[in-house]
Amino acid sequence: MGLYLVRRLLIAIPSLLGISVVLFMVLALAPGDPFEELATNPNVPPQVRMALRLKFGLDDPVPVRYVHWLTAMLSGDWGFSFVSRVNVDQLIMQRLPATLFVIGAAQLLALAIALPVGIYAAMRPYSLFDQIANTLAFVGFSLPTFFTGLLFILLFSIYLDWLPFVYRADIDATGWRWYWEHVRQAVMPIAVLGLFLGASLTRYVRSAVLDVIRLDYVTTARAKGLGERTVVIKHIVRNALIPVVTLVALQMPAIFGGAIVTEQIFRIPGIGSLLISSILANDTPVVMAVTFVFACLVVLFNLIADILYGWLDPRITYR
Amino acid sequence: MAGSTRALPIADAGLLEERRRHLSPGLEAWRRFRRHRLAVASVAILLTIVAAVVLGPWLWRLAINDIDFAARLARPSWDHPFGTDDLGQDLLARMLYGGRISLAVGLAAMFIATVVGSIVGAIAGMSRGWIGSALMWLADLFLSLPQLPLLLLVIYLFRDGLRVLLGPEGGVFVLVVIVIGGLRWMPVARLVRAQFLSLREREFVEAARALGASRMRQVVRHILPNALGPVIVAGTIDVAAAIIAESTLSFLGLGFPPDIPTWGRILYDAKDYLDLAPHWALFPGAAIFLTVLSINFIGDGLRDALDPRRVL
Repeated sequence: MGLYLVRRLLIAIPSLLGISVVLFMVLALAPGDPFEELATNPNVPPQVRMALRLKFGLDDPVPVRYVHWLTAMLSGDWGFSFVSRVNVDQLIMQRLPATLFVIGAAQLLALAIALPVGIYAAMRPYSLFDQIANTLAFVGFSLPTFFTGLLFILLFSIYLDWLPFVYRADIDATGWRWYWEHVRQAVMPIAVLGLFLGASLTRYVRSAVLDVIRLDYVTTARAKGLGERTVVIKHIVRNALIPVVTLVALQMPAIFGGAIVTEQIFRIPGIGSLLISSILANDTPVVMAVTFVFACLVVLFNLIADILYGWLDPRITYR
Repeated sequence: MAGSTRALPIADAGLLEERRRHLSPGLEAWRRFRRHRLAVASVAILLTIVAAVVLGPWLWRLAINDIDFAARLARPSWDHPFGTDDLGQDLLARMLYGGRISLAVGLAAMFIATVVGSIVGAIAGMSRGWIGSALMWLADLFLSLPQLPLLLLVIYLFRDGLRVLLGPEGGVFVLVVIVIGGLRWMPVARLVRAQFLSLREREFVEAARALGASRMRQVVRHILPNALGPVIVAGTIDVAAAIIAESTLSFLGLGFPPDIPTWGRILYDAKDYLDLAPHWALFPGAAIFLTVLSINFIGDGLRDALDPRRVL
């Protein structure tokens, strides 16, 4: 197991490097100059500007700048936010927990919907339940998150007035009330993201279960007199889950897209809304760092999926 | 294949059916497609939306930027079937105009994604050396890039440059289309490569090779037409994904400028007036939803129709 982990980690490194190259190429190819603000500022004399350019190596060739940038990122020096005047890593660390909480909870909700519905639909293919579930799944992943978010706000905050539509990090309450307020404000964002993810996941689960259910060992399990529950849970689902894990990991980039939108709608102080506000404020170091963090998270979740995969499927030996 | 196995037990009826079914691949596909009732209904809905967007601005002649403060945030009425926004501009006119852009972005981005994906996939599928694996490594790398953050990053960095080069509308359009298309070629490339890997070993390709067909001719005349089914399905779904991507960008305020009312942009403007004018957000949202849903259903129907192995 340990060796397998190390091997997987070693495979993750080139893809991280590749992603960083892509990001840096985008930055390097872009027109415009991070020092544009200084150039148009009459209070900065040209000599100072030239000295700064020299100091930060802006006129070096691209590969040299890439190595500089990468070593700085690796040693934890992520730069300084032009707008909020704090270190970028500090800023991101502040915002990251909210994003991870929303994404994690939404993922759990998606699984809680997709597993039972998908399995039940696959047990009775082409039944009425299957058709309704399939149609609803289509509706679910055709509804863009920004529209569901607005619909939820309209219904639950404006007409029914049940839930708050602005996410607040500073709730002035203590004890149970504090938790209650947190749950109330998190319900809508998590539901929006979770339903969207759950819809496509349901279809994956259904087809994965359908693939397994026809295999001979399932018939054997039934023939030797096992109860339906045991057959479904221990024999079918366990094996159907293996491809589902991969698909969950492959969905990860889409999840971050959804998270950015949800954070923006409900004003959750996560890294997604940080990305948008930094783009609107031309805060290049933060934009680069947040994009890189998103990329790292994708690679990390792919890694976790691979490890889960190895655990779920003993046929994959840890070589 | 399916037909011949079915024809075995009752030979006469099978032969008759066989003759009836040997119309043409196109008609055969249409026969299969018709079985998917939701897909057929979706074609009707999508055609209606496309017709409305293409012909609508000639029939509904209110200007998209006609400011009328007397009718500010008006609810739907006979004068303004979809209501008005905070400047009293007619929403139906704006949506008809903006829909053109939304659909055009979807189609253009799909075109880029499909062409790039097919070329990469074809090269990877035909090469027997390191090029194929290198290209697939690249596709995997692109697949693990977080799409929306990268889209936002590219738009942020290149927006101003292209605006100077091509004007505010053209610049954003080209940028959005290239970026969305450029980040969606990977699934098509993998599909095409998988198809090519199996097709290039088939007897009919071998026969073409034996007859001296050049590599290019093998690909274009013999392999590509047979690999097209899954590509069409993926392309259809790509249109929906590109429409959502464009709407998302506009909804975040980073897509088209305010004077180009794409559906996502109207939603972005509407979201601060949800309590006063819910209709403002509901109509464009419903338009995006209906378009995307019908395209997805059509893709599902095409999957059934174009998969020759499936018995229906």
